Order: sequence, then structure tokens, then C-alpha cells
Amino acid sequence: MAIIEARGLTKVYDGLTAVDHIDLEVEEGEIFGFLGPNGAGKTTTIKMLTTLLRPSEGWARICGYDVVRQPDLVRRSIGVVFQEPALDDQLTGRENLDFHARLYGLSRREREERIEEVLRLVGLRDRADELVKSYSGGMRRRLELARGFVHRPKVLFLDEPTLGLDVQTRRAIWNYIMELNRREGITIFLTTHYLEEADKLSDRVAIIDRGKILAVDSPRNLKDRIGSDVISLTCSEPSRLGRILESASWVRGVKHHGGGLSIYVEIGEEKIPEIIRMAEENGIRISSITLREPSLEDVYLSFTGRSIREEAKPAMRHPRPRGWR
Amino acid sequence: MISLELQAIYVMWMRQLKRFVRVRSRLIANLVQPFFFLAFLGLGLRPISLPGLVEGVSYLDFLAPGMVAMSIVFASMFAGVSIIWDRQFGFLKEILVAPVSRLSIVVGRTLGGATVSIIQGLIILAISALLGVRLSPAGLIPGIFFMILAAFFSVGLGIALASRMEDPHGFSLIMNLIMMPAIFLSTAFFPLESMAAWLRILAYANPLTYIVDGIRGCLIGRFSISPLADLAVLLSLCTITMAAGAYLFSRSEV
Ligand SMILES: Nc1ncnc2c1ncn2[C@@H]1O[C@H](COP(=O)(O)OP(=O)(O)OP(=O)(O)O)[C@@H](O)[C@H]1O
Ligand SMILES: [Mg+2]
Repeated sequence: MAIIEARGLTKVYDGLTAVDHIDLEVEEGEIFGFLGPNGAGKTTTIKMLTTLLRPSEGWARICGYDVVRQPDLVRRSIGVVFQEPALDDQLTGRENLDFHARLYGLSRREREERIEEVLRLVGLRDRADELVKSYSGGMRRRLELARGFVHRPKVLFLDEPTLGLDVQTRRAIWNYIMELNRREGITIFLTTHYLEEADKLSDRVAIIDRGKILAVDSPRNLKDRIGSDVISLTCSEPSRLGRILESASWVRGVKHHGGGLSIYVEIGEEKIPEIIRMAEENGIRISSITLREPSLEDVYLSFTGRSIREEAKPAMRHPRPRGWR
Repeated sequence: MISLELQAIYVMWMRQLKRFVRVRSRLIANLVQPFFFLAFLGLGLRPISLPGLVEGVSYLDFLAPGMVAMSIVFASMFAGVSIIWDRQFGFLKEILVAPVSRLSIVVGRTLGGATVSIIQGLIILAISALLGVRLSPAGLIPGIFFMILAAFFSVGLGIALASRMEDPHGFSLIMNLIMMPAIFLSTAFFPLESMAAWLRILAYANPLTYIVDGIRGCLIGRFSISPLADLAVLLSLCTITMAAGAYLFSRSEV
């Protein structure tokens, strides 16, 4: 039995269908990534799965419990880190954890042990007795993460866990998430609009856009689906070259981005000369051409026809490492 | 099961207490207004004689219980309404996703708000005693009982309002446009007997009148209405606002 299961899950906000008949099946112990741009319906989905919003249609079960009919049993089984901060900043870090642990019925001994343990895991032990008011954004996020799993939930929901954090903090949080999944076997449902995050963390990724799930698979398989290689080029008449290439039998797909083209093919190194020849025959001048493995960005582009709108914060742009995990 | 709900009540209560102790500026702001009224109005008008002020009761004696009531009502309403800030700063989601009933959350918050506001009321009472107000020692315990009812009534009202209001600005509007006039009309400042007939009707329709009269009656031994009437009205009003608060909060979404 899947630990998270949803069928036809839908949320309509007066007229606007934010989540549109999605089906989900997440297995125990998985890290499941929910990847989509702003407004795709990620937060709305999480709110329905965590009993905070009532679905307009469809159903969902967590650990076999129905989110509408058995909300208490669902709440007992989950931990949630919301997209927006949800800490009391007039309390200390430790007090935030202690209050949370009490709300989930941990005994005094369990509370003391467990709070030390999670503080150590997220590296906040020496700041635990300061007011959260004095914490940086990254520290707050780490504290929320610690709070999300202090009561040993079976499923942990993370809504954009690294939104707005710098590269270093983001990587640290990735490590905590993977550590948690490995050490405690917690199933993790994580939303993100960072492709790298989905790629690095998730066992499986669902791509969601405008409330609909477009594809669900492991990052590896998703990339394989669009072909083993991507040829990116910039040229003088990209739309005309695109049309010409689309008619070639060995081209699995062509996507436009910026001023260039991404061409999905097998055995790319053999196709480059062919592409150059076809461009020359048609009087199109190629100014640059590169061969690379497909990234999740290519997958995303091929499913939605759009490039994901990464946040325009320069601090967050960084080279994407190759490979997965 | 039950212990979990008790923990929830404890957590909500303790949280208010900790915030109360930590945010000193709030406490000072809450105490300044009644203090100034006591010091300037009470001491300034001490020799005044108003219809309804009996022999041996100075205006300061008359005013002090009213200021105790005022500080409790305002502080409790604020405690109830602060759910709006919890919603705005996200903490409400953390509470609502926990496996505890919303009733326990409301109960804990009510107890927390009441505790905090009664402490403020007692501070005003102590200041009054220092300023020379003659208090009846025997009336202290029943007086505190009326203070508790006043606090429950006002926290309930605050929670009910907060569950229907989106933004905090609405609250300061309500405080200035409704609560301030209501406190002036409640006999906190003027005896019922000295009011014009039409004002008296408004005063009788005003829940705060029964709060002020109950507290004053106990503390200085002079009721304008009657202890039993005050008690009956206040108990029913308390039940109504607390039930409304619990109901509206349980239906509010994040
Ligand atoms: N309370 C609400 N009332 C009306 N519309 C809403 C509400 N909450 C969300 N929406 C709309 O529903 C759609 C999905 O929103 P949602 O917050 O689920 O997106 P998201 O994928 O989490 O986006 P982001 O990456 O920006 O967090 C959006 O178009 C949003 O405007
Ligand atoms: Mg979101």
C-alpha cells in the first residue's frame, strides 16, 4: 500500500482550478519531489494532504487515513514544514520545539532526548536558547525542519524547504533531508521549483503545471524519456532551423529557448555534423553548438514547453552539477 | 488522548505567559492609559461631587475599579484578537496541523489571555491602593471572580472577531470606534445615576456596564445595579462570546 495516495484530488478557489484532478502514489521511504513553477498548485496540494484545506473533489489518504474523514489520525502521522515561516519568534528555538513536541504527546523524557538529537542534526545546539527573533533566515528554516520531524512522523511534508536561502545553506538542508530519510526512514514529500533540488533529492519527481501532473518518474527515467543527449545551439534563424530539424526522423524533439534551440537526440556526437550540414544547406549560420546530457530543466521544458521561471535572485544562480545523487 | 488535549491547553497558556513576560513594551502600553486616567482624572477630580457618589466615596475610589475593568477588558480582547497576528505570521498553521482539537486551542488561549489580563488588572488595583483608594478587603475575592468573568467574556469576543477578520487594522478600528465609547458609556467614568436618561438606556444595553458594576461593587462595596443581576448578565454573556469564539475559530481556515 502506498503511504500517500490520492485520486482525482482537486481544489477550486472560486472559479480558479488550482489543483486539477491529480493522482498520486508515494511509497514508504521514498523522497518524492513535486516540481512546478509559481502558482502550479504545489502549496494547495500540500494543504489538502495535510488536512488544512478541504478538497473540492477527489480524495487522499495518508498512511491509509482519509484526510477529510480522519484528519486527527492523519495529523498524528505527519510533520509539515510550510512554505512561509510558522515559528513563534518571541520564543526560543528550544521552546518552539518543546511546545511542538507536547502538542504531539511526547513524554518529558522523549522530549528532552529527541530535542537534543534534532538540534544536533540541524546544527542549532549552541543557539537553541536564544529567541527565534535573533535567528537568520537559514537558522529559522533549519529549526522548522527540526520541528517537522521531532515527533518522528511517518511522512514529512516540505513546502519549498530552501526557498530564498543561499547556496551553502541550501546544500546543508539537502544533506539534513537525505540524512533524515536514510537514518529514520521517513517518507518525504517535497515541493520545489528548483530543478537541481528535485534532481538531487528525489527518488521520483512529479512535474506539475497549472494544477495538472504532466509526468511522474525517477529523474533518470524522465531524462531518458527525452533522449540520451541534448544538442544546444544558437543560430541566425532558430525558428526556421527548428522546423527543418523537426522533420528529421532521428530528432526526438526540438524546444526553443531564448535565442536558441535544444534538440533531443540519441548519440549526439554523430548528429552534430549532420545538423551543421542541414543548416548550411538552408543558408542558416550556426554561431555556437554544444552537446550535453539532458538535465531536469530539459525534461521540464519538453513537458511544459516553457522554461521554469527560476527566481531572479543572482545569489541563487549557480552551476548545476552533472549526474544525480 | 485527554492528556494530549491538556498538553495543548498548557502549551497555549504557557505561550501567552511567556510572550507577556517578554514583550514588556506591550505591558507598559497597556498600563499607561488606566494609570493616567487614575492619576490625572482621579486625583484631579478627587473632591468633585456627582449624583450617585455616596458619602465617603471619592471620585478616585469610584474611578479605580472602572480602570481595573478597563485594563482587563482591553488586554483580554487583545489576547483573543492576537490570533490574527498568528495567522499573519504563520504560527496558526503550526497549531492547526497538530493532532489536537480546536476547542483545546481556544480554551488554552482563553486561559492564557485571562491570566495575563488579570495580572494587569491586579497591577492597576495595586497602583490604586497606593494612590489611596479605599478598598474593601472582603470584596477582593468576589472582585477577582468578576474580573475572571470579564476576562473570559472579552477573550471570547476577541477570538470571535479574529476568526472573522483578515487584517489587524480592523482591530484597532474596532478598539477606537466601539470599545472606547463603550467604556465611557459603561459607568467606568460616571455613575449611572448621573447620566441623562437616554445615556442610561445605552449603559444598560452595554455589557461593559455589568462588568464595571460587578467589579466596583465588590471592591468598594457600592453596586449601582445589583450583584446578582451583574452576575447573571455576565455569566450569560460569557457563555455567548466563548461559544461564538470557539465555534467561529473551529470553522476558520488558514
Ligand atoms: N486562498 C486562495 N484563494 C484564491 N486563490 C488561491 C488561494 N491560494 C492559492 N490560490 C491560487 O491557486 C493557484 C495555485 O497556488 P499555489 O499556492 O498552490 O501554488 P504553488 O505551486 O505553491 O506556487 P509557489 O511556487 O508560488 O508557492 C495560484 O494561481 C494561486 O493564485
Ligand atoms: Mg507554494
